[in-house]
Amino acid sequence: MMRKIIKYVLGDIIRNKMVLVYTILLFVISLSVFNIETNTSKGILSLLNIILLIVPLTCIIFSTIYIYNSSEFIELLVSQPIKRKTIWYSLYFGLVLSLSLAYIIGIGLPALYYFPNAKGLMILVVGLFLTWVFVSIALLIAGSSRDKTKGIAIAIVSWLFFAIFYDILVLFILFQFQDYPLEGAMIVLSFLNPIDLSRIQLLLQIDAAAIIGYTGAVFKIFFGRGLGILICVLSMCAWFLIPLWLSVKIFQKRDI
Amino acid sequence: MFKITFIPNIILNYLFKFSDKLKGSRYSLSISLILCIGISPSYAGVIIVDKSQAIQTVQQGISQAKNGDTVYVQAGVYHESKLIIEKSITLIGKGWPVIDAQNKGEIFFIRSRNVWLQGFKLQHTGRSDLKEIGAVMIYDSYAITVLNNQIEDANFGISVQNSKCCTIKDNHIKAFNKDEVLSGNGIHGWKADSLIIIGNTISGHRDGLYFEFVKNSLIWRNVSTQNVRYGIHFMFSNNNTYIGNIFEKNEAGVAVMFSSKIQMYNNYFYDNWGDATYGILLKEITDSHISGNSFVQNTIALQMEGCSRIMIFKNKFINNGFALKIQASCDDNAFTSNNFIANTFDIATNGTLVLNTFDGNYWDKYEGYDLDRNKIGDISFHPVSLYSMIIAHNPAALMLFRSFMVTLLDKSEKLMPIITPESLVDHFPHMKPFDL
Repeated sequence: MMRKIIKYVLGDIIRNKMVLVYTILLFVISLSVFNIETNTSKGILSLLNIILLIVPLTCIIFSTIYIYNSSEFIELLVSQPIKRKTIWYSLYFGLVLSLSLAYIIGIGLPALYYFPNAKGLMILVVGLFLTWVFVSIALLIAGSSRDKTKGIAIAIVSWLFFAIFYDILVLFILFQFQDYPLEGAMIVLSFLNPIDLSRIQLLLQIDAAAIIGYTGAVFKIFFGRGLGILICVLSMCAWFLIPLWLSVKIFQKRDI
Repeated sequence: MFKITFIPNIILNYLFKFSDKLKGSRYSLSISLILCIGISPSYAGVIIVDKSQAIQTVQQGISQAKNGDTVYVQAGVYHESKLIIEKSITLIGKGWPVIDAQNKGEIFFIRSRNVWLQGFKLQHTGRSDLKEIGAVMIYDSYAITVLNNQIEDANFGISVQNSKCCTIKDNHIKAFNKDEVLSGNGIHGWKADSLIIIGNTISGHRDGLYFEFVKNSLIWRNVSTQNVRYGIHFMFSNNNTYIGNIFEKNEAGVAVMFSSKIQMYNNYFYDNWGDATYGILLKEITDSHISGNSFVQNTIALQMEGCSRIMIFKNKFINNGFALKIQASCDDNAFTSNNFIANTFDIATNGTLVLNTFDGNYWDKYEGYDLDRNKIGDISFHPVSLYSMIIAHNPAALMLFRSFMVTLLDKSEKLMPIITPESLVDHFPHMKPFDL
């Protein structure tokens, strides 16, 4: 049953053409960045900000709007003898599959073509994780709020929070507690934002010169080693599993 | 054959002058020839040290030699130490004879003038907490040449103290030290004058090259790598010239202090990476030139504290964490025609007071334009970013590195400098990198 719904959702999204535009956008950006920049690692760095801003933004906004727009379809499905859990997961997987595909074609494959090494792989993996995380956050938002306008507003605000405000908050904490050793605290704080976590992981692969001084050494030791990478992967998984699980709980109890 | 055992200097000088006057004529040649034939036999004392012959130890060879003699040491392993040379002799190893001190102390101990030491493999001096033990110790000497030796596992490699006009050339000095306290320096100069140190390779010592109160010296084409502390370290050493040396992968990079009139040309500072590791740290250096050097992949390529009147031009700063950290205590230093390429941060400083000039460099982070096509950007460039100030004060801010928010802050700060020093500016930034 799940497969059928996923198939339907996928077909619907592809007919929507938004994802197609997203794919082409990413593809054009990545190709131009890789071709224009003569300094390849500089190219990756320009791409970095695009990945860290555009991917979360598109994923969260598109998914939120999609859920709201298919509210009638969801109502129809709920009236059928199908578990609500199945409906919700199918929606999630439909969205995630289409957006991941867009990312793989748009950035993942060009990145792997130009950087057939750990750098390219890291770009692919980080982008995919970000896609999954922000789709699941979108589902949580769309699930918890009935009002479409309010939901989209929350989606935009939460993107702003993760992309910008969180860093301002971190900077504020840094200045307030600058007399204390904050390296450990910074590591903990970076786990609380999937965008920061992705950025640090990517930078460790790309920009060796960025890893400066004692803090750099602490970061490198923590994030660069096997256990650190494992913890990063686990926390990224937590970042998409927990919102998804919460949204399922909400959807199951919701009065439609 | 006749011998001239003694020719007064006056006569010699007269003869040379006379031969100069006759330059071009056939007499000059014949006079020089006569001089050569006449003088050389008197220096011809040759002593051969060989395990299978009469003189079996280097010690015996040295004891029997008179001023001006040459001691040849044939290949073999000699377990000797504390060989004291107090006369003008030439010691040459044939086929790399090994002198192994078996951790009992110094090997050569030179207190003389005109000594030539060449072609030995010196090893295992051992170490002491009380005194400096080295493979070649030169004290109170003049015109000593140490040429083409291999020194392995010595506490100090070659130590020159209170001496003048010594040449240390083409030696390979290697140790396997793990920590700073127990190890000595590769080439150690103390209170010396007019040294020439060329083409040595040094690794695994505390400091590759160490000078204290050394002046008027030339340090050329040495390679100092993987030392436990600094590649080169000098203090109170004025009027020295450093050319074409390579300092690579030293634990703490290079640090030089309290000296003036230093010339540093075409040296290569590469891959000195770690916390508190500098490509080069200049502390209280004055009236000097630093030019043509390459700083590649260092945590901090150039750190300056309390430096005055240094001309820094035509250097390359590539792929460093910080290309330059300049303290507000520096004044009258001029940076021109340098290339700053692919550094994480170009310049960091610790205050708003800037008494140095940074005009006419190439910065790859410069985003200005050049409407009049004179290859110089039309708007000036502020190389200090807000974030570099933040991270200099607060290293934990590394977490925000390349964050979008930080980029925004940097951009707004560039438009309206509030925190970054407004006077740290390149008024004539070049559009294209210099061809260095």
